[in-house]
Amino acid sequence: MSTLYADLAIVRPEIVLAIGAMILLVLGVFRAAGDAQAEATTGRLVYAVSIFLLLATGLIVIVYGGGETREAFGGMFVDDAFARYAKVLILFSAALIMILGLEYLARNNMMKFEYPIIILFAVIGMMMMVSANDLLSLYMGLELQSLSLYIIAAFRRDSVRSTEAGLKYFVLGALSSGLLLYGMSLVYGFTGSTSFDAIAQAVTGTEKMGVGLLFGLSFMAAGFAFKISAAPFHMWTPDVYEGAPMPVTALFATAPKVAAGAMFARAMVEPFGAGTDQWQQILAFLAVASMFLGAVAGIGQTNIKRLMAYSSIGHMGFALVGLAAGGEKGVQAMLVYLAIYVAMNVGVFAFLLTMTRNGKQAVKIADLAGLGTTHPAAAACVAILMFSLAGIPPLAGFFAKYFVLNAAVDAGLSWLAIAGVIASVISAFYYLRIVKVMYFDEAGEPLTILGGAEHKVTWAVAALLMLVAIFPFEPFNGLGTPEAAERAAQSLDIIGHAGVPGH
Amino acid sequence: MATGLEIGVGHFLTVAAILFVIGIFGIFLNRKNVIIILMSVELMLLAININMVAFSSYLGDLTGQVFTLFILTVAAAEAAIGLAILVCFFRNRGSIAVEDVNVMKG
Repeated sequence: MSTLYADLAIVRPEIVLAIGAMILLVLGVFRAAGDAQAEATTGRLVYAVSIFLLLATGLIVIVYGGGETREAFGGMFVDDAFARYAKVLILFSAALIMILGLEYLARNNMMKFEYPIIILFAVIGMMMMVSANDLLSLYMGLELQSLSLYIIAAFRRDSVRSTEAGLKYFVLGALSSGLLLYGMSLVYGFTGSTSFDAIAQAVTGTEKMGVGLLFGLSFMAAGFAFKISAAPFHMWTPDVYEGAPMPVTALFATAPKVAAGAMFARAMVEPFGAGTDQWQQILAFLAVASMFLGAVAGIGQTNIKRLMAYSSIGHMGFALVGLAAGGEKGVQAMLVYLAIYVAMNVGVFAFLLTMTRNGKQAVKIADLAGLGTTHPAAAACVAILMFSLAGIPPLAGFFAKYFVLNAAVDAGLSWLAIAGVIASVISAFYYLRIVKVMYFDEAGEPLTILGGAEHKVTWAVAALLMLVAIFPFEPFNGLGTPEAAERAAQSLDIIGHAGVPGH
Repeated sequence: MATGLEIGVGHFLTVAAILFVIGIFGIFLNRKNVIIILMSVELMLLAININMVAFSSYLGDLTGQVFTLFILTVAAAEAAIGLAILVCFFRNRGSIAVEDVNVMKG
């Protein structure tokens, strides 16, 4: 029995969240029965408790985490600095997005108790994904997350766009799960185990991975690429971002990206670390394709949600540059990138959620025209965030790119770094166009900025973070992000990777 | 050997690979009905199950069969959610033809 208790202590954050979500589900079902009034009050109650649960779980991860690596359930689940880094990002960004979405949901009569509960389930899935140390636990976490996200993409049941987004996400997500699983079955068959440690031993034991194993690895990489929306597996992203309700889009752009990125990193460097030079080309290809597609296809967009979709495709390409570099340094760069990416996106979506015109959500880039004169403070913050997304120094977005490109150069992938710089210049066009529209275009009917202090504080703090605090140098030291990412990367068990492959 | 064909793990893998490819083609070539896409997804998952069980029996390791049971469970949940979303979509659009899933470009 003592081992069971020891295991349960390791998964404490997940258990708190899971039990909390299930109690809220029962509470919601019993209390919401009856009139619309009861439904709305229950919705608000469950929503508030869910935000509290996410924040409390985040604190549990920080406080009870300790510094060491612990395995639970026969090595299926691992709690290390890497998992904790990703979990803190996931939990706090999800909680923040929920706080910011409150006003939108109330305005659009979407305050149903199911919404926060499904987000909680998705977050449990994400936590499982980043802690998975076995193909089986990885698959279960991934599916819990994906199935929950399919539902909330289609959460506006009366809207054609929302249900179409849900349907498209479901079909392509199911296809990607299929590819991933097929890869997993091949990896299992050719290594004889589903445990990351055993796979790592099997891969280290051989000079070169066999064809079957490489096939399996490629299928798995394709499945992961779908989940983090890397080109050429990105086609669901713009439609889902456009069709889903704005708070759901905001969620899609933040927490699941961290979870999928971290899962991708662990599933590549831990089991297949010894064969880094063999999967490096796959990841470099995904990275280059995503960076350029995100940069070029974003140019013609008029809808800001679609633009953010292409922006996130491009940013995932940069994160994959870090992973393609491999080794501790590459993973560290990728983790720093993901943290800064999430901070930028939370700030941008805090603003987008409040943009309305005549009571309707404004989603066109042209709607921003004249913001510089009507709402100068908001426009200034958005401009800073856009400059940061474009990667213009000395903002945080520049240092994010600096980290990944530096890792790529150190790994002997200078061409990849050069491609990244070119893509970054192209993508700067559409970020700067938003700034131009805000400050230099003639304003039509003025935009209404709804939302309370929580939105204004969020985008202002995000902009401030871009300006100063994520600086990796004295006196801010990036708020400790690079150090935390370094500890996280070191906690990964990377066997047989020399650090700098001789290319 | 001359008396007949020995069925080995390779044959099972071939069948599974063929079924998997049929599933993928079913998703991309089908222009008629979203239900057929759901069927194709199920076909892909079942092909993976054949793979898993074949490897499990070949390796003498039970993990693959346990994995199969999990995949079956998840596939059931996935089908339920997919059909639920499809019903919502049908109520709004009045059609489940693949070419009508086109309110947004792409």
